[in-house]
Amino acid sequence: MADLICENLNMTFTNPQTGGKVEALKDINFTLKKGELLSVLGPSGCGKTTLLNAIAGFVPPTGGHAKIGDKVIEGPGVERGMVFQQGALFEWLSVSRNVDYGLRMRGQDPAQNQKEVDKWLEIVGLQGFGDTPTYQLSGGMQQRVALARCLINEPDVILMDEPLGALDALTREKMQSLVLEIWKETGKTIMIITHSVEEALLLGERLFVMAPRPGRVHKEYNLPFAERGLKESLREIKKDPKFSEVREEILTMIWDMEEEIMGRA
Amino acid sequence: MLDWLSDNRAVIAAIIIPILVLAFVWSIYYGRKQDRLTDNDEVFGDPVRTKGGWYWAVCGVSSLFLIWFYFSWGVGRAYFPEAANNMCQVAKLEESVGPIKASLPIGSRYYKSTLLAGRNADQLDELQAQLASTPFTDAEKAELAELIDQTNTLIANSSDPANMSDATREELSGIAVQIIALSQFLDAGPVNMSPTPEALAQPKWGTTFTEIPILPRTEKGVLFDTAATQAAEISGAFNKIRNQSAANDSLIEDTQARIEALKEINESGDFDEATLAAREDYVKAVERIFRRLDDGLIFPAAALEEVNDAVAVLDASASSAQGSLRIADALFFPGPGIVKSATQCTEQGSARWLPKPTDVVATFGRLANPDLENGGGYRGFPLLWWDWVAVADVVAFFVPDWIADVWPGEYARHGSDGTIEPNFKDKLLAFATGDVNLGHFPMLDGHIWDSLFRVLVALGLGILLGVPLGLFMGVSKFFKSFFDPLIELYRPVPPLAWAPLILTIFGIQDDGKIFLLFMVAFAIMVISARTGASGVQLSKIRASHSLGATDRQIMWTVIFPNALPEILTGIRIAVGVCWGTLVAAEMLAGTTGIGFIENIARTVSDYELIWVTILIMGVLGLVFDLIMRWVIQKTIPWRGMG
Repeated sequence: MADLICENLNMTFTNPQTGGKVEALKDINFTLKKGELLSVLGPSGCGKTTLLNAIAGFVPPTGGHAKIGDKVIEGPGVERGMVFQQGALFEWLSVSRNVDYGLRMRGQDPAQNQKEVDKWLEIVGLQGFGDTPTYQLSGGMQQRVALARCLINEPDVILMDEPLGALDALTREKMQSLVLEIWKETGKTIMIITHSVEEALLLGERLFVMAPRPGRVHKEYNLPFAERGLKESLREIKKDPKFSEVREEILTMIWDMEEEIMGRA
Repeated sequence: MLDWLSDNRAVIAAIIIPILVLAFVWSIYYGRKQDRLTDNDEVFGDPVRTKGGWYWAVCGVSSLFLIWFYFSWGVGRAYFPEAANNMCQVAKLEESVGPIKASLPIGSRYYKSTLLAGRNADQLDELQAQLASTPFTDAEKAELAELIDQTNTLIANSSDPANMSDATREELSGIAVQIIALSQFLDAGPVNMSPTPEALAQPKWGTTFTEIPILPRTEKGVLFDTAATQAAEISGAFNKIRNQSAANDSLIEDTQARIEALKEINESGDFDEATLAAREDYVKAVERIFRRLDDGLIFPAAALEEVNDAVAVLDASASSAQGSLRIADALFFPGPGIVKSATQCTEQGSARWLPKPTDVVATFGRLANPDLENGGGYRGFPLLWWDWVAVADVVAFFVPDWIADVWPGEYARHGSDGTIEPNFKDKLLAFATGDVNLGHFPMLDGHIWDSLFRVLVALGLGILLGVPLGLFMGVSKFFKSFFDPLIELYRPVPPLAWAPLILTIFGIQDDGKIFLLFMVAFAIMVISARTGASGVQLSKIRASHSLGATDRQIMWTVIFPNALPEILTGIRIAVGVCWGTLVAAEMLAGTTGIGFIENIARTVSDYELIWVTILIMGVLGLVFDLIMRWVIQKTIPWRGMG
């Protein structure tokens, strides 16, 4: 396991018809140490997802680079696991076959796979659902399968693109606890993109607030709530006046950015 | 057993029809009761209301069959099995009286004499009007005008009763007396009449190609048959009567001589070509009308009245002699009834093109019978059966002959004693041409199988080649842009427009049809696989990239299953289109297959066979679709849930 490093990461999109350029990301620099939990927040269009896609290797950056340890990222890889908003499960496969997909693609022993599958299904709380078709699962359960499918590959970094965005409030809270549990138990480096300020505060050991045009890191926070969330109930943390204070500060910041965009437009 | 069923088809129908009526009535009763219970639970427009309701399916199917039975005269035959034979005898009488009626205003508006007089006078008037512009001399024109007048006089003389000869008058009276006698014979009813054993031994109605037994099988039938024979004689005598009035005799001779004189002037005179043609045409036209009047077919109207009245009496007698038959005819034999032609009695109206359900089943039974020696199958080929196929033939189909040609060495030469010692190269050639015994295996056989085989092979090839290409087109710029124009250029052409070309190139046997169907299936499969492949969610592709799958693995584990719903829908469409194209292609050319049978049936107007082939195609199409629905249900239960 190694650190995730972004050095002068730039991403400029060119409109092929008009030739107009949009700077989606400009000079992003940060180092995410092994085992850190980073949440990224920002108004829509600020380049959160672009940053994640660049780190995942789906789109090559137009300048600078991202590295895992010393290795420059040049494409998707198993050391960077992805969890998508809608799960992106393969609905033609059962839960077990979804979870061991990565192992099977690398031609590992099926008997060994099944043990791994059972282990991870238990961790995400889906024991006994191995043979269920994924389209019969609820949204929260589908997201648990997506987590297990990602974790079974033992990635260095887990990249989550608004993983809990499509869930209802109750399920969302449970899943937030699950993410924290997994973080604690596996010690993985996790980067979560979210548009919920509360979620960013609860899950982020570190928190980036990004600003648009050009996409950049506007402000960085180091927060104690994720650590506390491992021991306390999340609802208790939300009642903490300090939590409210930071939340209001960030909300105001994002509101201002949104208004600035609207004003410019 | 089959023969017994075939012979008793009317009885079987008589049992089935009440069951259908019961099913119809019961389903309406039960359906109304059920709907009263359930419809109250849902508001109008709620799709739940369409659930269930099998009893209405019973109602629909039974009413369809009842309509079919009724309009095909199935009901009539079931309960009045001798009606057609009796109606045939009535039709015989009608046919015999026909020539007399043709001269009378019965069934038409005018006496035939009236029409003849009117038409000839009209044509003469027209000639008179043209006369001024014809290239005749003034003297000739005067002569022609006189000729036309004279011909008009011929019409007038024929129409005058006073000019009629006594002999003709007596002949016409005699005809009227005979007709009255015939109607009295009908009124007397069937006394001392019985059908001949020969007539009773005839095949039943509908069991042979002649359809209706022609010899009378009942007493009433014999009565009408006998009357028809007598009527035919009277008609013959009537047709010979001519109205040759003495007043016309000298006039005819004179006219004829003057026409001949004019013709001679035409021939001897020195006219240019156009003038000669005009002169000849005119004289010919006058002569034609004159000849028609010469044969004495115009009678005075008064002279025919007696015959006219007599025929009306005969019609009334024939009508009352039919008795209950008329009611059965009106109620259970919709359409013009039965018509007697020169050699046979045929059903007219809806029954002509709509065969009875039991006849369709019997025809199907005959076709389905694999015993070719005893009239089974069609054109020496069973409908659907099995046969032994030599393994060597199948091997030879796949192993090309040139393999033996390119094998090193020479083929064997005959030795000095004239014997041939085959070497390995010869044996290889025998293998490649199927000239070896490798045993036999059972294989399906018959018209239906031939059609199915063509569709299945073409569909299989289309899927095998079309799906991978479509998937690659869905993911690759090169494949998409390179193949898109090729496929889009040939696909919009209706498959049947390709048929003449393809069948000419590849032959009318299986090869051509399979290639034609392959073209159809291939385009559909390519397009559906491509649509499926390009519709895959980007996040699924990205997820599998992140999970370490290679490009090829992503193709077969993500893109292919994701495209499966579209591919299966494509197969379902391709089956339907292939099936339709095949039948049409078989109609164009070929010697086996369902379409072939229907085409032959069409040329000989065998409506039963046409309906059998239509029903076979309907059932096969339904089976195909049910299989595809089942496959879709089993293989892609996630469809619409991802």
